[in-house]
Amino acid sequence: MSSIYKKEPTDYTIIQERNKSIAKNTANNIVSITCDSDSVAGTVSQRACVYCGARVVLNPITDAYHIVHGPIGCASYTWDIRGSLSSHSEIYRNSFSTDIQEKDVIFGGEKKLEAAIAEIIEKNRVNPPKLIFVYATCIIGVIGDDIEAVCKRAEEQYGIRVIPVKSPGFAGNKKDGYKAACNSLMTLMKQSKNLQKVKGINFLGDFNLAGEMWLINNYFREIGIQVVSTFTGDACYDNLIKAPSASLNIVQCAGSMTYLAKQMQKQFEIPFIKISFFGVEDTSESLLKIARHIGDEALIKRAEKFILGIKEKTEKELLYYRKRLHNRRAAIYVGGGFKAISLIKQFNDLGMKIVIVGTQTGKAEDYEEIYKLADEGTMILDDSNPYELEKFIKETGADILVGGVKERPLAYKLGLAFCDHNHERKHPLAGYEGAINFAKEIDESINSPIWSFIKEIDSETEGIEDDVRDIFQEVYNEKIVKLMKV
Amino acid sequence: MEKNYVNLDVNPCKMCMPMGMATVLKGIKNCMTILHGSQGCSTYIRRHMATHYNEPIDIASSSLTEEGTVYGGENNLKTALLNVIKLYSPEVIGIGTTCLAETIGEDIDRIIKEVKDIEPYNKVRMITASTAGYKGTQFEGYHVAMRSIIQQLADNPVKNKKLNILVPHLTPADIRYIKEVLNDFNADYTLFPDFSETLDSGYSKEYKRIPEGGTDAKDIANMGGAKASIQLGVTVPHELSAGHYLLERFRVPLFQIPVPIGVKNTDRFIKLLSQLTGNPIPVKYKKARARALDAMIDSHKYNAQGKATLFGEPELVYSLASLCIENGIKPEVLAIGGKNVLFKKLLAPLVVKEGYNPLFLSEADFETIQQQTIIRNSNILIGSSDGKWIEEREGIPLIRVGFPVHDRIGAQRRLNVCYEGTLRLLDEITNCLIEHKHDGYRKEMYESFYKKQVCSQ
Ligand code: SF4
Ligand code: SF4
Repeated sequence: MSSIYKKEPTDYTIIQERNKSIAKNTANNIVSITCDSDSVAGTVSQRACVYCGARVVLNPITDAYHIVHGPIGCASYTWDIRGSLSSHSEIYRNSFSTDIQEKDVIFGGEKKLEAAIAEIIEKNRVNPPKLIFVYATCIIGVIGDDIEAVCKRAEEQYGIRVIPVKSPGFAGNKKDGYKAACNSLMTLMKQSKNLQKVKGINFLGDFNLAGEMWLINNYFREIGIQVVSTFTGDACYDNLIKAPSASLNIVQCAGSMTYLAKQMQKQFEIPFIKISFFGVEDTSESLLKIARHIGDEALIKRAEKFILGIKEKTEKELLYYRKRLHNRRAAIYVGGGFKAISLIKQFNDLGMKIVIVGTQTGKAEDYEEIYKLADEGTMILDDSNPYELEKFIKETGADILVGGVKERPLAYKLGLAFCDHNHERKHPLAGYEGAINFAKEIDESINSPIWSFIKEIDSETEGIEDDVRDIFQEVYNEKIVKLMKV
Repeated sequence: MEKNYVNLDVNPCKMCMPMGMATVLKGIKNCMTILHGSQGCSTYIRRHMATHYNEPIDIASSSLTEEGTVYGGENNLKTALLNVIKLYSPEVIGIGTTCLAETIGEDIDRIIKEVKDIEPYNKVRMITASTAGYKGTQFEGYHVAMRSIIQQLADNPVKNKKLNILVPHLTPADIRYIKEVLNDFNADYTLFPDFSETLDSGYSKEYKRIPEGGTDAKDIANMGGAKASIQLGVTVPHELSAGHYLLERFRVPLFQIPVPIGVKNTDRFIKLLSQLTGNPIPVKYKKARARALDAMIDSHKYNAQGKATLFGEPELVYSLASLCIENGIKPEVLAIGGKNVLFKKLLAPLVVKEGYNPLFLSEADFETIQQQTIIRNSNILIGSSDGKWIEEREGIPLIRVGFPVHDRIGAQRRLNVCYEGTLRLLDEITNCLIEHKHDGYRKEMYESFYKKQVCSQ
């Protein structure tokens, strides 16, 4: 709902309501788009729901039992679909669902939830749970279950933390889910509010996809930065409750974690800074920023030295890709503003042109930043859909789309390269190693031989032409000529 | 047998009803789908299908918000219809309900009735199904959708010469192959739902927002006048079966037979087609059958080593179990994620006749399937990629068949049906057993015998 209209929206699509969420980047940036509003029914939005956002944030907590209170589908479609890695417990990779049935819808699901928690306690006496999250999905509120009361009773009865996550899908979008998750994390940390402060940081907004958290932690270790707790990549109960003792919060995924950082500042007096470990420049800057914040000279020196070495090495490798990717056109459609912004920077660094930037749930300030960074003429979209993506991809002549799982088949059907920048990824895209992986993935897709087939297709021959045979003919003819000579 | 946790489903072996509805709707020509409910359900179902089929899956949502949930979602649904008409220009729009819509008591039939004669709603044919996620799994959703759609579209009872071919959730490649068989028999038929092209389309220069292919609604209209129906699927209960509806309502003779996976099941299908069309069995299929038998002889001793855990939708597990049994692969655990009385009723006599005593699990979750697999000492898993969990933890290999397959490519073009598909599937199973044996036997022999000899010296 945050929009400042400075100009009437242009007719970009046939759906009037959508036009105000689309803009073309112009030199004077006068058009601002509507974002943060409800999806328009029937447009096939790429967004998921509040519950989805909550799961993104909390699910990486490895030793927690994540109970999805609701019908089975919501749990089934989100079971182990994200690539957060763990160094110890694997409990988080299980799906626990109360699998609400019709009779529960009629009579209420509280009893079932209570019994479900009891069963988890009962069945895991050997390795007793320390932390249970209970997610409320859409129909839970509607049928009148009071999950807060159930969780509270369970905490008293079993002496462990049982924390409700208020995430009915319809009550907003993914971003509201982030907030619900952050509230749950605050509830968890309250118990250790008064811990003595130590010289160390909390790392907020990295989910240890493909080990990214580990990778960045290695940099910290070399430089000498202590990490108290991580949110929530490779996190566990024991570490999370220590978080209030940290002296600095660093926030990466701003969309999901700024709210938590602000709350922690308020309640635990931990200041925060925003950082990003995507791309060489951002990674280097962020490391320095952290070092400066912690403030000791030796540390800053070590950071500078570390960066100098690793940057040089990385740049050398990137050179190869820059040559191969120069001036190619990139379209970006991702979940949040933070990711979009860091992708623009990375593409710029590779010498590529940006033609589309869109997000599912970016905020007004994200779009401000996007206007500044993106090339002139870039199409900017909020909460877009397949129709628009197709249209603008065709119009802008994009060579590659960066996006999530749902966007991939669309890109391929349009004959476009694709980069999987989603939570499923199996190789790290963060840090210096990640910057190389990123360039490599772009190169592997954009410069694949497959696109040469695609280009040759015209509707009449469907690409089957006989010039291939002609080549053989020539070779054979030569042979025949030679034979005749003999 | 009950699952381990009574009040929890731990690692689900099922999905929800709208998933089945969405799949069926992909089998109708020029059709778009709207799920009435909140945005997440649509998006998750799209995502789940997109990673299996590797195709763009456009499913709209009426995007209910807090307001819609409290005051009713009528306006949202109407807006959704309008926007879908604008963006996709479909001939048919299928509307399914989600848990939320059902819980707040949305009456979609009434809403549709109100608008169906008004511009521009009157440009499309709107069909509905009640598919609350909590009322059943994707299996029930699939068949409820089939039945409801036929109920709404089959309105011309004038007799015709066609056969109705009613297919369950097979792969696009399976459906393509079944059509090939039908054509080889010179059959005149309406196959429904036909997602053989829509969920596995080729690359073309021009992108089509609604992919080509699918059963024409006009042909569905005539299904009530057909000569006979063949419903592939014996585990579909009467009240959900489209074939039964056509039988009861229009007296279309019904032949309900298993999915043609396995030689015996394929025989049934082929013979039935020969009878119904009056045409002899083409040599092609006689040869294919002979080749299948030859292969079964070649592989029978390897197969005898197999102890299988099968899981998934009842119809698939039924036919996979038939395939296992006729090749001497012991069925150890037969698990379905939903409730289905016919499944065990029909399958138990088959397995008992062959002297097997497998464990039947219904409403099973993977936690239970995993545990029983270990107790039963199975050495092969056959089912969807959700079994990767057991594969990963217990080191038991998994043959990926069914839906979903998320961690491999090509599930949509996998052929499992008729002699040819059966053979491919069997080869894969056999090779897996051989690989397993070859990998392990040196070590096993060494550990079993070598030490003893050392001691006796
Ligand atoms: S189970 Fe119900 S609420 Fe959950 S995804 Fe399926 S339809 Fe939606
Ligand atoms: S029911 Fe609600 S919480 Fe569950 S997937 Fe659908 S929108 Fe999300």
